[in-house]
Amino acid sequence: MSIIVDAKGLSCPQPVLMTLNKIKEIKKGEIIVKVDTDTSKENVSRAAQSQGWEVADIQENKEGYQLTIRK
Amino acid sequence: MGKLKNIFATRWGIIGVGGFIGVCAALLQKLGNPGNMGVCVACFERDIAGAIGLHQAGVVQYMRPEIIGFVLGSLLAAYIFKEFRARAGSAPIARFVLGVFAMIGALVFLGCPWRAMLRLAAGDGNAIFGLLGLIGGIWIGTLFLKGGYNLGSVQKTYTSVGWLFPLTMLGFLILMLIFPQIKGEAKNGILFYSVKGPGAMHAFLPISLAAGLAIGFLAQRSRFCTMGAFRDLILFRQAHLLSGVIALVVSAFIANLLLQQFHPGFVKQPVAHTMQIWNFGGMVLAGLAFALAGGCPGRQLFLAGEGDGDAAVFVMGMIVGAGFAHNFGLASSPNGVGPHGIAAVIIGLLVCLFIGFTMRKRVG
Repeated sequence: MSIIVDAKGLSCPQPVLMTLNKIKEIKKGEIIVKVDTDTSKENVSRAAQSQGWEVADIQENKEGYQLTIRK
Repeated sequence: MGKLKNIFATRWGIIGVGGFIGVCAALLQKLGNPGNMGVCVACFERDIAGAIGLHQAGVVQYMRPEIIGFVLGSLLAAYIFKEFRARAGSAPIARFVLGVFAMIGALVFLGCPWRAMLRLAAGDGNAIFGLLGLIGGIWIGTLFLKGGYNLGSVQKTYTSVGWLFPLTMLGFLILMLIFPQIKGEAKNGILFYSVKGPGAMHAFLPISLAAGLAIGFLAQRSRFCTMGAFRDLILFRQAHLLSGVIALVVSAFIANLLLQQFHPGFVKQPVAHTMQIWNFGGMVLAGLAFALAGGCPGRQLFLAGEGDGDAAVFVMGMIVGAGFAHNFGLASSPNGVGPHGIAAVIIGLLVCLFIGFTMRKRVG
């Protein structure tokens, strides 16, 4: 099962900080990041890619976005 | 609009936006705005505070249409690209207080981060000390962020909450049209207008407004932020936002050279002083306050335009802070710091440390 980082309601840089902390912790695998602004979506994607992770999927829902990042 | 949507958030997108802002600022100065102040968010909000009588510093009173344009341009972009999200409720009073002290710090230096860049691009060496202070303040802010500092979650709220600040700006614009500036008069109706000094220097209203709208629109798309530029570099080693800021400095520098607005030196620079410790200290305070509040003063306006009620509260804090700064003798002048400016910087730093140390929770 994927690890979930729920950063809804938090503004930058918190979603990025939380995602990078999790990336450092698990080194590789799959993380689902939940955010609720377009800015956070872009920032988390950029941060994940800078760490060599792939943004495998982005889904939009009522609450915002759910990003699946993978390495 | 899917593809188009992300153009401005790319590396070249943000470089283009930074470059555009730099050229706009140099041109606005050429067209009448004060020296090395083509665009200054702190100075212009201070002028707005003066225009509505929150302070009585007669040389800095003018309802700056650029600020109004920033908010309304961002609102427009947010609606076109379906990004308007009304939200509020993340420690508003803390954001208000941070806004007050961010303004006080900026007015001790005499400029926000935007103007610090523009001053540098016009040859004002004093700006170097302000920029070093800004980076120092942001660095302290990143230490708090690493330690778990955050102001808590926002809540989704009524769409009309997100509209209140843009409507306030629209109201200010309407006031300006009802009570336009009369040459040589210090007041028309309820609005104050400087008859001399920086407040009396401005581009033609429609030009200022159009420039503000264009910058607001593009900055909302690109997430341009002068504080975030250094914060992301320090915190994540990411230079994305910084590339926009560098583009701003380079384009303003080239435009200033072409427009003969580049005058290198330290003394007698326009609306600047040479007390370097306090150029540095003022911006440490401003940088820390911006970092704790999550955005530079421009970014706070763009966020307020896309429905962020907390960013709007920060801006209100800055406008009220300008009132304090001039009523209490905290703001600097070309002669140096104000009589109580140093005390205000020290108090402001203590307040920011209080906020930074006490508002933290473990996340993730």
